[in-house]
Amino acid sequence: MGLDKVIEKQGFITTSIEAILKWAQKNSVWPMPLGISCCGIEMMAFASSRFDVARFGSEVFRMTPRQSDLLLVAGTVTYKMAWVVRKIYDQMPDPKWVVSMGVCASTGGMFRSYSVVQGIDKFLPVDAYISGCPPRPEAVIKALMTIQEKIKKQHKPDIFNFGKDISKTPKQENIDIF
Amino acid sequence: MALPKEKIFEVVGSVYENFGIYEHRNQLSIIIPPDRLQEVCLTLKDNPETSFDMLIDITAIDWLKGENRFETVYFLYSNKYKSRLRIKVPLSGDYPTCPSVTNIWESANWYERETYDMYGIKFEGHPNLRRFYMPEDYADPETGEPIYPLRKDFPLMGIPDSLPLPPYPEKYSEN
Ligand code: SF4
Repeated sequence: MGLDKVIEKQGFITTSIEAILKWAQKNSVWPMPLGISCCGIEMMAFASSRFDVARFGSEVFRMTPRQSDLLLVAGTVTYKMAWVVRKIYDQMPDPKWVVSMGVCASTGGMFRSYSVVQGIDKFLPVDAYISGCPPRPEAVIKALMTIQEKIKKQHKPDIFNFGKDISKTPKQENIDIF
Repeated sequence: MALPKEKIFEVVGSVYENFGIYEHRNQLSIIIPPDRLQEVCLTLKDNPETSFDMLIDITAIDWLKGENRFETVYFLYSNKYKSRLRIKVPLSGDYPTCPSVTNIWESANWYERETYDMYGIKFEGHPNLRRFYMPEDYADPETGEPIYPLRKDFPLMGIPDSLPLPPYPEKYSEN
């Protein structure tokens, strides 16, 4: 970027607080791993050294929803589990994003049956879907990059309302499918 | 040292003679009516010549047609002789009853609850016969009748609105 050159030369840079906040938020998306079936294994690969999501600032998998920004629903969601997923979603502080990983979470996948929710978008606002059964870790990284792009373009951080309801989560019509 | 078939026939025959036999790929099943199930199971477990001390699983089959619509299936294992046996119990009627074997093998408790949950077979003498996986008030919202998902006449995608979903988060519900 040459930012260090600029600072070396004039000692300061000018920018807006919003841009700084967005830049920080974009590069520290902490996922909440919700590996509720086999997709969870690919999700672990996504975080570990070979695919190394630390390159994108998401290395910290928080095992508590209260410290995460991104809900990574990796696996089959049954009607029983749907309430748990919703509870975890509600515990996450705003702003938050949801990724539906794998065909099971996105559409019910091969489990076309009475007990499996046919897509988590029936009860959650989803920001990015990942196809595949299970998806490659690269696809999960692509989803993360989509979320980062979304934060950069659509998210408006509210600096006067920190800690309260600052939800500017992208709306449903902005869903990306890839 | 697998248990020879003749030995099993002899032990079962000592309490009930007219049992049916079904064999497929060297896997032996014996067929007995529900009213003799208790005696046969007790003998198979307690007799040192067979010693089927472990109950692996209980499940059921819905044949949909015929006089005996349901059939409960018991999978037994003998730790002493390292051999397996399957017991089939044909049951008549749409809401059949079958004697419970919880007094013989403790592990039957949950297996029978699961079979009841999925097929609606009532196990007489079970200490706590409630639904296992499905909600306890799982019923058809229109008729109010309890529904059993593994029956053959159950629709694949279930009965609409019989299982509740959490509501869409309020903040986004206007979209
Ligand atoms: S999409 Fe495939 S890998 Fe992922 S949870 Fe469903 S069945 Fe398992």
